[in-house]
Amino acid sequence: MRFKDVFSIIGPSMTGPSSSHTAGAARLGRIARQWLGCTPNRARLTLYGSFADTYQGHGTDLALIGGLLDYVTDDPRIPDAEQYAEEAGMEVEFYTSGLPAPHPNTVKIELWHGERACSLIGASIGGGSVSVHAMNDFRVQISGEFPTLVLRHADKAGVLASVTSTISSSGVNIGYMQVDRKARDGEALTAMEMDGVPNPDMLKRLRTLDHVLDIRVIDLKRGVDSDAV
Amino acid sequence: MRFKHLHELNTICTAESKTIAQLMIEEQVQETNTPEADVVQQMSEYYQVMKEAVRKGLTEDTTSRSGLTGGDGKKMAEYIRKGETCSGDASALAMAYALCVSEVNASMGRIVATPTAGSCGIIPGVFISSQERFGWTDEHLVNGLFCAGAIGYVIANNSFISGAEGGCQAEVGSAIGMAAGAMVELRGGTPEQVVHAVGLALKNTLGLICDPVAGLVEIPCIVRNGLGAVTALAAADMALAGVRSAIPSDEVIDVMLEVGSAMPSRHRETAQGGLAQTPTGRKMMQKLAKPKAKRAEPETETQGSNTTDDSNTTVSETDTDSQG
Repeated sequence: MRFKDVFSIIGPSMTGPSSSHTAGAARLGRIARQWLGCTPNRARLTLYGSFADTYQGHGTDLALIGGLLDYVTDDPRIPDAEQYAEEAGMEVEFYTSGLPAPHPNTVKIELWHGERACSLIGASIGGGSVSVHAMNDFRVQISGEFPTLVLRHADKAGVLASVTSTISSSGVNIGYMQVDRKARDGEALTAMEMDGVPNPDMLKRLRTLDHVLDIRVIDLKRGVDSDAV
Repeated sequence: MRFKHLHELNTICTAESKTIAQLMIEEQVQETNTPEADVVQQMSEYYQVMKEAVRKGLTEDTTSRSGLTGGDGKKMAEYIRKGETCSGDASALAMAYALCVSEVNASMGRIVATPTAGSCGIIPGVFISSQERFGWTDEHLVNGLFCAGAIGYVIANNSFISGAEGGCQAEVGSAIGMAAGAMVELRGGTPEQVVHAVGLALKNTLGLICDPVAGLVEIPCIVRNGLGAVTALAAADMALAGVRSAIPSDEVIDVMLEVGSAMPSRHRETAQGGLAQTPTGRKMMQKLAKPKAKRAEPETETQGSNTTDDSNTTVSETDTDSQG
């Protein structure tokens, strides 16, 4: 199901004027920020389709910036997000593209902070719901509706078994999981939507596993910078 | 969720003697593993946000950032006070409140997406005006929101709820169907009558294009919310009177998918067609034009395949930009 529950239909509480262009954009910005793990000091955003055509009138740019500042969808600071970004030392560039995209409301977000860099491609699919399609050019399919663990790891036999057994021993159920790799024996990325919140002990144990490079928690309900490097 | 279609909602609720709201609450609790009290609390908070938006629209300045819209909700309320309505006070008040909420939305105020922000006026317009008229408790209206949510869940997962995907029929149309069905349940109608109300309402918005002037959620969105609230009340009345949707409501939802998919992109929230491209619409757009973002440099992008399948990542590029 594209829409998971009643609150993806009624809700979110948000700053107008468009759930697709404003609330969805804010959520995509927030997911990208959590993927980076901290406030970016440089952001490059490329808009596709309807996002590219109508972003200014909808405040899509302001909502994306708000999300990068970790604002929730109804944060009253969103209309003035540009100013807050400046105060936070965040440099933001917007681009539009006419290339075909997976969805009419698609954005590519590239973020930098010091040595850290990350990218994400996501779409706002209606009513404020979002779908992330790619993280650092790996294919994923996450909604942000559930706490999500994203693991960068080496493509080695046994990594996933040790990861899932560590998670299962913490008593948390994995609802959805997707693995993608750049090349055989290269870097791989696993995204897991969880039924429960990943606890610090589980994260600590996951980080010590062989071939695990780093872990991020994406959680729109709690919104923490999971400084897991 | 135990249902994907409206006929399943009707069957389960009828067999188990439940309202659609009760079923939706139970399913939400099961699906998200959240206590019922928390689920109901969340919805109650949303209802308070809706009421606050009506209040704000009636009492505060709702001039939008573009300056194109604002103040029409207040005008309607004043007009009703004079006792001169053509459509009847109940309809007019629902319309006034719907305009208020949509104006708050356009001015970047706080609203609840029901199901979207572009259609956020219809459910509060119908619900809050009806609450005043019938003296209902907040709790009753919160149940109504769960019923509306169940209907929207079916529409969203079988068709669409965003203007960019399916035109305004998907946005304002869905909201009208949700409000009409919920209104039937709030008035004590059966689940079957609820389902008919949804079909009756949706049929009347099929083909409605999404053509926001200058790309803003203002013209014609705000007015469509006002009129949508009246359509919802009327569809609820038809269903409560025993009128049936001759084409089953689930099939009407499928038609919305068919029609929306066939719509050219210029009629799907791109501001490239419809009212947005009338001589006046174009003038408004030119007047509001701001410096555009740079076009992404072609050399940094690789051609994606022309697909709309969400599972494919077609926007990709080789990173020529310096990574930190």
